[in-house]
Amino acid sequence: MTNKPDPNSTSNLGGVGGGRMPTYVGMPSFPKAAREAVADSRLRANLAHATGTIRERRQRAVDELPDWAELREAARQIKDHTLRHLDHYLMMLEEKVTAAGGTVHWARDADEANAIVARLVEETGEREVVKVKSMATQEIGLNEALAERGITAYETDLAELIVQLGDDRPSHILVPAIHKNRAEIREIFQRKMPSAPADLTDDPAVLAEAARRHLRAKFLSAKVAVSGANFAIAETGTVLVVESEGNGRMCLTLPDTLITVMGIEKLLPTARDLEVFLQVLPRSSTAERMNPYTSAWTGVHAGDGPSAFHLVLLDNGRTAINADPVGREALRCIRCSACLNVCPVYARAGGHAYGSPYPGPIGAILSPQIRGIGSDVDASLPFASSLCGACYEVCPVAIDIPRILVHLRARAPKKAPERLAMTAAAWSLRTPKRLAALQRAAARGRRFARHARMPRSWTDTRDLPVPPAQSFRQWWKEGR
Amino acid sequence: MKIALFVTCVNDTLYPQTGKAVVSILERLGHEVDFPLTQTCCGQMHLNSGYPHQALPLVEAFTTTFEGYDAIVVPSGSCAAMVRDWHSTVAHEAGREDLAQRAKSLAPRVHEFSELLVDVLGVTDVGAVFPHRVTYHPTCHGLRMLKLGDRPQQLLREVDGLELVDLPDATECCGFGGTFALKNADVSAAMCADKVAAVKQTRAEVLCAVDNSCLMHIGGTLSRQRSGVRVMHLAEILASTA
Repeated sequence: MTNKPDPNSTSNLGGVGGGRMPTYVGMPSFPKAAREAVADSRLRANLAHATGTIRERRQRAVDELPDWAELREAARQIKDHTLRHLDHYLMMLEEKVTAAGGTVHWARDADEANAIVARLVEETGEREVVKVKSMATQEIGLNEALAERGITAYETDLAELIVQLGDDRPSHILVPAIHKNRAEIREIFQRKMPSAPADLTDDPAVLAEAARRHLRAKFLSAKVAVSGANFAIAETGTVLVVESEGNGRMCLTLPDTLITVMGIEKLLPTARDLEVFLQVLPRSSTAERMNPYTSAWTGVHAGDGPSAFHLVLLDNGRTAINADPVGREALRCIRCSACLNVCPVYARAGGHAYGSPYPGPIGAILSPQIRGIGSDVDASLPFASSLCGACYEVCPVAIDIPRILVHLRARAPKKAPERLAMTAAAWSLRTPKRLAALQRAAARGRRFARHARMPRSWTDTRDLPVPPAQSFRQWWKEGR
Repeated sequence: MKIALFVTCVNDTLYPQTGKAVVSILERLGHEVDFPLTQTCCGQMHLNSGYPHQALPLVEAFTTTFEGYDAIVVPSGSCAAMVRDWHSTVAHEAGREDLAQRAKSLAPRVHEFSELLVDVLGVTDVGAVFPHRVTYHPTCHGLRMLKLGDRPQQLLREVDGLELVDLPDATECCGFGGTFALKNADVSAAMCADKVAAVKQTRAEVLCAVDNSCLMHIGGTLSRQRSGVRVMHLAEILASTA
C-alpha cells in the first residue's frame, strides 16, 4: 500500500516546508511507534506521574493571576504582529546585533546552519563546545553534524546530559528525560560518567551533585559555547535565554566565543514585550512565577563575557509556514510544553513516537509543516490526536492546535482503502434516500452484529453496537 | 415553540431511542417538534478525517434543510460544535462565500440538547424520574468547544430519585475522537481504559453523556469488560418518568 497525495487537496506540503531534521530520518508512523510505548509499563508510569504533577502545578500558577486571559491575548497579538512584519524586525535585529559587535548569519535550512556553526568552531581552533539546552539545535541535529567534523558537543542541562550519555533522544521539550526514572539515571551515570562515585545512589540530590562535578570541569575549560534563544529583541539586538539550573549562565558568560542558533520566529519587537512573555512562559512551562535564571546579552563587551558573539538565524521551513494563513499560528509557539503535559495522547504514547524533537500536540502540527507531509511519520502526525482540545485551552499564545491538525489532515496523503471508504460514506450520506437504504441494510444485518469481528481495530477492545430494528427516520415516517 | 430536530446520522442509524427521548421531552414541555426528512449528516467525520471537500455537500444540505427554522436542537455535543464552529469555515475555505454567510447566520440558532433546555427554554426540571446512581462524563467538544459548563448536571440534579456522583478526572478525553479510535487504536484503548477505571470507581449504574459516539466507545469497552455499567444519553434519562 502506498501513500498517494490527496488529489483533492488544495496544496501538498510534501517538501514545501523545505526544512530538514537530519537525525530523525526514516522514523516509523505514529501509531506503529505508539503501540510499543503503550505496552511499556515503566514508561507509562513515569509519564503519568510526571505529566500529572506538572499539570496541577501549572493550573495553580495560572489561576493565581487575575489577568491571565489578557496576558494570553497580549502574547498572541504580539506574536502575530511580529510574524506579520517578520522581514522588518529581522533586518532591525541584524542591524542592532551588528552595531553591538555581534555577527549575524542567515541559514536557509539545517545543513546551512550546521555548516555555519561548524566553520565558526573550527575558526577558533577548538574541538569541544559546551551547550545550553536548545530546541533549534536539536531540530537541525547540530551535535551529530559537529561530531562528523570531529567536534564534541557537551550538553550541560541535566536532562539533556542524561539523554546524551544514554545515547538516547529527548522525549519532552522541557524535561527531555521525562521517560527515565531516577534508577535508570543512576545506571546511565555509573556506566557513562567517569567521575561518578562508586557508591552513587538514586537520590536526586546525589545524582545532581555527580552531574554538577562532571559538568564543572567542562564549564571551566570550554572556550566555545553554543546556545539557542528564547527571545530576541529587535529594537535593541538583545538575545535572551531563560533556564532553571544556571548551566546556561555558565555557558553564556565563561567561554570566549558564543554561538547562538535561533529560529527566526523567536523575535519580539521591543524589550517591553518581555513583560508579557516572562510571565506566561515560566508559569506555563515549569509552573513557576519566575524562572531562576534569565540571561540577556547585547553584542559583546570588552572584559565582560564572550569576546565574540555569532547569531545564526535559522529558517528551516519557517518562511513557508508563515505563508500559510492557518498553519502559521504554530510559529507563535514559545516552547513551554504546557500542551504536552495536558495531552492524553502524549501521556500514553510518550515523546519518541512523534519522531521529532518536537513531541506532543505542538510537534504534531510543527514537524509536518517544517519537514513537509510526505514521510510515514509526518503523514501520521496530524492524526495523532483525538481533537479533545485540551492543548488549545492551556496554550499561552492561543495556538488553535485542533484547527491546524484538521487543516493538515486535509493535506496529508491518504491510503487507497481509506479514501474508498470515505467516498462510499459520503455517497451514502449525500441524500436521505441513500441513508435510509443503509439503515435498512444495517437492520437486516443486526443479528450478525453480535458476532462481528471487523474492523479489528475497534473490536479488539470494544463491543460493537447492535443496530436497531428501526432507524429514527423510519419510526418518524411511520407515524411514530 | 416549534423546534426542528437534527437527530444526527449516528443517532438516526444506531441510537433512535435518543431521538425519541428528545421528542418526548420537548412535547411534554408543550413544544412542537419537526423532523425535516431531508437531513442526513453534519459532515464531521469527513472534515476531521481530512476530507473537507466531501463534507461540503453535507454542510450545504444541512443549511438548506434547517435555515428556515428559529430553533434547531442537536442531541450531540460534537455535531452541534461542528455545525456552529466549522460549517461556515468549511464553506469559506472551499470558496463558497454565499454558503459561508448562510451557515454563519444559521449557527446561533443551533443548540445542543442541554443548551436548548437550560438557555432557550429556561427549564432544568423536566419532570423526570430515574431512581439510579449516575455519573456524568463531559465530552470534549461539549466541554471545550460549546462550553456547556454544568448545564447537563443542572438537569440531572432535578431528576427525581437520581443520585449524581462525580466522575474522577472527568475532563480527560475518553479516547474516541472519531476515526482516531481506529487509526490510533492502541492509544485510544489506553485512554479508554483509564476512563472506564474512573467510571467503575464511582460505583455508578449508569454513565451519562451528551454524545452517543463517545458512549459507543466507552460503552463498548464497559460491555466488553462485563462491567455491569450501562451508558445512556442525557435525553434518555430525562425522558424517563415513573
